[in-house]
Amino acid sequence: MKRLLTALMSITLAISTASAWAQLTIEISQGADNPTAIAVVPFAWQGVGVAPEEIASIVDGDLARSGQFAPIALADMLGNPTTEAEVFYRDWRSLSAEYLLIGRVSSEPSVLRVDYELFDVLRQAKVLTGYESGPASDARMLAHRVADAVYEKLTGVPGAFATKLLYISVDRVPGRNDYSRLTMSDSDGARPIVLFDTHEPLLTPTWSPDGKHIAYVSFETGRPAIYRQEIATGQREQLTNFSGLNSSPAWSPDGKTMAMVLSKDGNADIYLMDLATKKLTQLTRHYAIDTEPAWMPDGRSLLFTSDRGGKPQIYRYDLSSGKTDRVTYEGTYNARARVSQDGRSVVMVHQAEGRFHIAVLDLVTNRMQILTSTDLDESPSIAPNGSMVLYATKYQDRSILAAVAVDGEAKFRLPASKGDVREPAWSPYLAR
Amino acid sequence: MKHFTVASKAIALLFSAALLVACSGSDTKEEDEAAAAAAAAAAASASAAQSAQAAQGAAVSAEMAALEEAAASAGTVFYFEYDSANLTPEALDALNANIALLQRNNTNVRLEGHTDERGTREYNLALGEGRANSVREYMIASGIPGFRIETISFGEERPIAYGTGEANWSQNRRVELKLQ
Repeated sequence: MKRLLTALMSITLAISTASAWAQLTIEISQGADNPTAIAVVPFAWQGVGVAPEEIASIVDGDLARSGQFAPIALADMLGNPTTEAEVFYRDWRSLSAEYLLIGRVSSEPSVLRVDYELFDVLRQAKVLTGYESGPASDARMLAHRVADAVYEKLTGVPGAFATKLLYISVDRVPGRNDYSRLTMSDSDGARPIVLFDTHEPLLTPTWSPDGKHIAYVSFETGRPAIYRQEIATGQREQLTNFSGLNSSPAWSPDGKTMAMVLSKDGNADIYLMDLATKKLTQLTRHYAIDTEPAWMPDGRSLLFTSDRGGKPQIYRYDLSSGKTDRVTYEGTYNARARVSQDGRSVVMVHQAEGRFHIAVLDLVTNRMQILTSTDLDESPSIAPNGSMVLYATKYQDRSILAAVAVDGEAKFRLPASKGDVREPAWSPYLAR
Repeated sequence: MKHFTVASKAIALLFSAALLVACSGSDTKEEDEAAAAAAAAAAASASAAQSAQAAQGAAVSAEMAALEEAAASAGTVFYFEYDSANLTPEALDALNANIALLQRNNTNVRLEGHTDERGTREYNLALGEGRANSVREYMIASGIPGFRIETISFGEERPIAYGTGEANWSQNRRVELKLQ
């Protein structure tokens, strides 16, 4: 019993430690050229007691972070309408607001309900009405879903705010190995939870396609191994224990197979593991380094990094023919591809003039665009709606997370208050 | 008639094999005696060798001390060029000094491959392994048996120098030889 208590206490401590120290903050460094002006009015609280969260400010923050919206400052608002009857369009026209979002939050025992209405100020018309409901403990998620609905209505693209991030935070500990924590947070960095921690190297966190499991590489036994962990229960399973490399886990789109890198047969090659039977299939067989597999969304081929041509470049392995084709030719170093859900855009680490940037390759036009102007950029991860790329970079001598829109326009940073943060992995769309 | 001969030979063989198995299982007394005799012989030859060894001892330990000193001054960290697993001339010099010592003792070693922070983490994990394997292959070619050598790569996860720039990076592109 005492042991159980100690275990529980250490979990609680880990979680509270994370919220105190490792919370990410958002600094928008560059917006889009012509952002849409939107006024998000504080939602009316109709429940008992204190409102669990400022829903409107979360929605406001989401829209601002996308770079595609310029929210009107609260102080400039001439009124705080919470129902359609209270909306005076001329007030909002005078602020040059193009859209207006109002809402109400009510609570039944243990269930929170958020009603919202979106107005087109210029056309003086209501364009969207909706509601979200769920447990009060998930108030932030309800706010993100409202932001998703507004974003989709106004851009035609589904929002990706009601998603999660995985990242690794690392603290240097004098006289000991670095302390690494695998952390999961909301897409805006709020509500961080530590899923696993160790004083040994920890890398390559990745999501299962249903968002219920994660996989990563941990050196906790003194050697690298791939682990699978169920998020809800924390239950872990060691998937590999081969000599040499056991790394770069990547779930297939159907969730049944995991691509990985093993070197048990000589040097780094790509393998597939059937997760039900644990049976392995070797895909690449080359004396060069083959690593960083990433599935195409149709599950028929994989991109990977190989230095078989002398320098690291992206290649594509077709599963039905077994053929390998080279994908990137521009630049001396292209590695760690991640593919957008529509299968058209590939983000990667790209070296140009000695500096490491994040670049996006359009597989249809074959055009490569450099998205970032920072250096030592790595670990790009693309939002499930394809709008933003999250990556790790160096800022004031620390490793931080940053994001850039796929069109290169909007940019923001998510520095942690302490330590280094790296290897972000954006979740898929999550089931309600 | 011929068939019969082959068959009878086979039966005879099987029978004698069975007999052998039976003997080896039952006749332990004879075995014990043989083992005791062998032990006595070994002890005798050991004591004979002892005096010879004692004579050589001083010379050997002086030679070993010299090898140990050479290996220590060469260091047990071998450095690499950027994005390369090839052994540089400096790395070879240091490695040769260590190999000279390892050829004379039975120590097992662990080779830990590392990279600098440039490039991707997973690629660097593979690059670090390539560096450890380069050292391993050279050691094997120099007569150190493979079973004495363990390799592991930490990629860029365990830097010596945390800063950026070549002065830091060059310290991190390395293989560390550790005696087990």
